[in-house]
Amino acid sequence: MTDITQVKPDFMRFVRNNIRDYALLISLLAIMIFFQFNTHGTLFKPVNMTNLLLQNSYIVVMALGMLLVIVAGHIDLSVGSVSGFIGAVAAVLMTGTSPNPDLFTIPKFDFVTASILCLALGGAIGAVQGYFVAYYKIPAFIVTLAGMLIFKGLALAVLGGASVGPLPPTFQLLSTGFLTDIFNIQMFGAPFNLLALLIGVLITSLLIFFNFKERRSQLAHGLAEEPEAIFYGRNLLIAAALIGFSFIMGQYKGLPNVLIVMFALIALFVFITTRTTFGRRIYAMGGNEKAAKLSGVNTERLTFWIFTIMGALAALGGLIFAARLNVATPKAGAGFELEVIAACFIGGAAVTGGVGKIVGAVIGAFIIGVMNNGMSIMGIGIDWQFVIKGFVLMLAVFLDVYYKNKR
Amino acid sequence: MQPILEMRGITKTFPGVNALSDVNLDVRPAEIHAVVGENGAGKSTLMKVLSGVYPFGTYTGDIYFEGGERKFGKIADSEKTGIIIIHQELALVPLLSIAENIFLGHETAKHGVINWFEAITRTKDLLKKVGLNEHPNTLITNLGTGKQQLVEIAKALNKKVKLLILDEPTSSLNETDSNALLELLKGFRAQGISSILISHKLNEISKVADRITVLRDGKTVDTLDCHAEKISEDRIIKAMVGREITDRFPPREAKIGAPIFEVINWNCFHPQHAERQMIKNIDLTVRAGEVVGIAGLMGSGRTELAMSLFGRAYGQKISGDVLIHSKPADVSTIPKAMDAGLAYVTEDRKTYGLVLIDHIKHNISLANLDGVAKYSVVDDLVELAIANKYRRDLGIRCSSVFQTTVNLSGGNQQKVVLSKWLFSGPDVLILDEPTRGIDVGAKYEIYGIINSLAEAGKAVIVISSEMQELLGISDRIYVMNEGKFVAEMPAKDASQEKIMRAIMKSWDK
Repeated sequence: MTDITQVKPDFMRFVRNNIRDYALLISLLAIMIFFQFNTHGTLFKPVNMTNLLLQNSYIVVMALGMLLVIVAGHIDLSVGSVSGFIGAVAAVLMTGTSPNPDLFTIPKFDFVTASILCLALGGAIGAVQGYFVAYYKIPAFIVTLAGMLIFKGLALAVLGGASVGPLPPTFQLLSTGFLTDIFNIQMFGAPFNLLALLIGVLITSLLIFFNFKERRSQLAHGLAEEPEAIFYGRNLLIAAALIGFSFIMGQYKGLPNVLIVMFALIALFVFITTRTTFGRRIYAMGGNEKAAKLSGVNTERLTFWIFTIMGALAALGGLIFAARLNVATPKAGAGFELEVIAACFIGGAAVTGGVGKIVGAVIGAFIIGVMNNGMSIMGIGIDWQFVIKGFVLMLAVFLDVYYKNKR
Repeated sequence: MQPILEMRGITKTFPGVNALSDVNLDVRPAEIHAVVGENGAGKSTLMKVLSGVYPFGTYTGDIYFEGGERKFGKIADSEKTGIIIIHQELALVPLLSIAENIFLGHETAKHGVINWFEAITRTKDLLKKVGLNEHPNTLITNLGTGKQQLVEIAKALNKKVKLLILDEPTSSLNETDSNALLELLKGFRAQGISSILISHKLNEISKVADRITVLRDGKTVDTLDCHAEKISEDRIIKAMVGREITDRFPPREAKIGAPIFEVINWNCFHPQHAERQMIKNIDLTVRAGEVVGIAGLMGSGRTELAMSLFGRAYGQKISGDVLIHSKPADVSTIPKAMDAGLAYVTEDRKTYGLVLIDHIKHNISLANLDGVAKYSVVDDLVELAIANKYRRDLGIRCSSVFQTTVNLSGGNQQKVVLSKWLFSGPDVLILDEPTRGIDVGAKYEIYGIINSLAEAGKAVIVISSEMQELLGISDRIYVMNEGKFVAEMPAKDASQEKIMRAIMKSWDK
C-alpha cells in the first residue's frame, strides 16, 4: 500500500517538471492529426510524408546548429543567406559557369570536391562571424545581420543574377535519391520497400535497447526519476511512431538519402549536447557566462567554434536545397533563418540562453514543416500561412514564459 | 529642538537574518548627522528603509518627518517630501548631459515637449550653488567622479531637498574634492538643509559632523554629540567594533610549511579608467597549511587584487610576479592560473559562482570537466559519484544532486561553489567573503572546511569584511586600504581595534 502512495506524487511531480517536453510532443501529434483530418487523409500518405521530410530536411539540419547558437546566448540571422550563397557557389563550381565569362572562366569541379569546398567555405564564413562575436564582443545580432546582407548580395553576384543549373545527377541524389531496396516484394498490390521497414525496426530496437540499458544503470544507482509507467509508455510510443513511419515510407520509394544524413546528424548533435564536455560548456556559458569564464571555460574559443559549426551546417543546408531544386537561384535561402530560429524557440530554447534541447528543435522544425505542408494542401494562401505561423511561435514562447513565471 | 526626522524602533528582517533590530535615529534641522558602523552593521539597510526602497509594511517601526508620520511606498514618495539619497554608485546616465540628467524624470516640459531653454538656465543656477563650473550640455562621461558627485547633489537640490543622505560620498574622491564636498555640506547646513553622512572616514566625520550615530549588528549602540564633548576616533572605533564574541570557531593546530604562493610587486589598474590604479605594489606570501586573512573596508581593493591574480579576471596594465612552490607561474589567463594551482571562490556566488539554472552535479564538475570525462565524453556515473562525494563531505543539504542550485539556501550554494573548486584540485585557494549572507550554523561548517584545507597543506587566503571572522580563522592578517597593504600582523597579536586603527591611520597620511 505504501508503494502506491509514494508513486503517485512522484508521478505527478515528474509530469509537472517535464511538462514542456510532453507538451511539445503532444502538440506535434495534435497538429498532425488535425491536418490528417482536414486534408482528408493526405498528410500521412506515403508520397506526402516523403515530400514533407525532403522539404524540411535543410531546416532541421540548420536548426541543429542554431540550437547551439541560441543555447550559447547568441543568434545567427545569416544562415538563410549563407545557405543560398553556398548553393550558388556549389552550382557555379559543379557546372563551371562563370558569372562574367568575358572576364574569367571557372573550371568544372566534380561534385564531391565541390561539396567539400562548399562545406569548408561555410565553416569559414561561420568562423569569421564567430571571430567578431567572440573576440570583439560585437553582438551576434549585428554581425550576422551584416552577414545576412553580405551573402545575399554575394549570392546574386556569383550567379550573375540568373539561375544556374542543372546540377550533376549524382549530386541531385543527395536530395532526390533513396536507399535502393535489396528485397523485391509486393504488399497491398504494390511494390513495398522492405529495407526501409527493416532499417526502421533496427533503429527502433537499438534506441529501445539503449533506453533500457540507461534505465537499468539509473535503477542500479537509485537515479531513476522517471516513473515506470511513463518510461514504458514513452518507449512504446517511440517504437510505434518509428515503425509506423518506416512502414509508411516503405509504401513509397523507401528511405531518402537525406533522411539518413539528417538522422545521423541529429544523433551526433544529441550526443554532443548531452554527453561531451564541449556541449556541457555551451550550456554553462549560456546559463551564466561570467561563472563559466571564472571556472576556466574559454568562452571566446567556444563561441568561435559554435559559429563555425553553424556556418558548416548552413552550407550543408544550402547544398541539400540546391540538390533538391536541381538549380541554384538568387532567391534560394530567403527566409530560412526565420523558420530555423522559430523551430528552436518553439522547441523550448530560451532567448536568454542556457536552455534548449536538440530533440526540441527537431520537433519544433517538424511542427513548422507539418503546418507548412498541411496548410498548403488545404489551400490556405501563403499570406495567412505566415500569420498563422507567427501566432504559433508567439503562443509557444508565451506559454513558456507564462509557466516559468508561475512556478 | 524638534527633530526634522525621527525613526523609531525600526526592525527589518531578511530570511534568516535580522538586518535591523529596534534602531532609533533622529536628525535635527540644520544638522550634519553622521552614521557609522562596520560593513554589514545595517547603515545601508536603514537608509533604504528611510528612502522607501523597502516600502512601508516590509519593516516595523515608525518614521516621522517634519512632525508627521510617513509611510513611504516607493522612492518617489520620500523624494516628494524632500528626502533625497545619493548612493555610493552614482545613478547618472553617462551619455546624457548634465542638464538632461538633472531633469531626468522631472523634465521642464509642457505636453511632453521639453523647454530646453528653461532647463539649461535652471541647471546653470544649480551648478553655481554646488560650485561646479561646467556647461550644462557637458556629457556626464566627460566628468570626473568628484564632479559627477556634485551633479548628483545639484539634482537633489532641484528636487527641493530638505534632508540629504550621502552614502560614502568621498570613497572614490581625492582629498581636494572631498574637502570641497564637505564644505558644501556645511554651506547647506547654514541654509537649513540637514544631511545624513554615511562614511568610514572618521577624520572627515570629526571635521563636519554635529552628532554621530553608531550602528553595530543592526542595532543603535550610541549617539554621540560632538559639541557636548570632544569625541576621539578611538571612542568611535570602540563603539563600532566592541561587540561581545558570539561567533565560535572550530579549533585548529596550524602546521605551517614552506611558502607555496608568493606575489611580488603586484600592480593593477581599473578596467575602464586606465589612469586609476586599483592595486599598488602588493607583496604577499602564503605558506603551506597557512590561512592568511585580508582585512579591509569595502572598496579597499581586496576583490580586485584576488581577481587580477586569478588569470587577470579583473583590471588592465597588470604587472608583478607570481611564484608557486617558489617557481615563476604563468597566471595570465584563467585556465593557466587554474593549471598553476590557483582557485578563486567569488564573493558574488550568484553572478560569478553558479550556473543557477543548472543542477548541483553540473555545477560541481564545471571547473574540472576533464576530470569526469574520457576523450571529452562525460562519464555520467563518475560525475555523479564525485558530486555525491562532495555532497557528503561538505554536508550540502539538498533533495539530490539533481536539485537546481537556484533553489538552495545561501550556505548550501556556497558549499556547491566550494565543491567545484575543491574538485579542481588547487594548491592555493582564495576565498572571497566565503560566509557572506549565510547563517551561523553554515558559517561554522565553512570554517571547518577551511581548516581541513589548511591541514591538507594548502595555502588559503580568506578575504572578509567581518574582522571577528578573520581573527578567528587566520594565522596571519594583511590589512588593505586604497589598494595597498597598510599593515601585516600575526592573528594572535591582532584585534579589531588594531585593524581599524591601521586603516584609519593610512587615511590620515
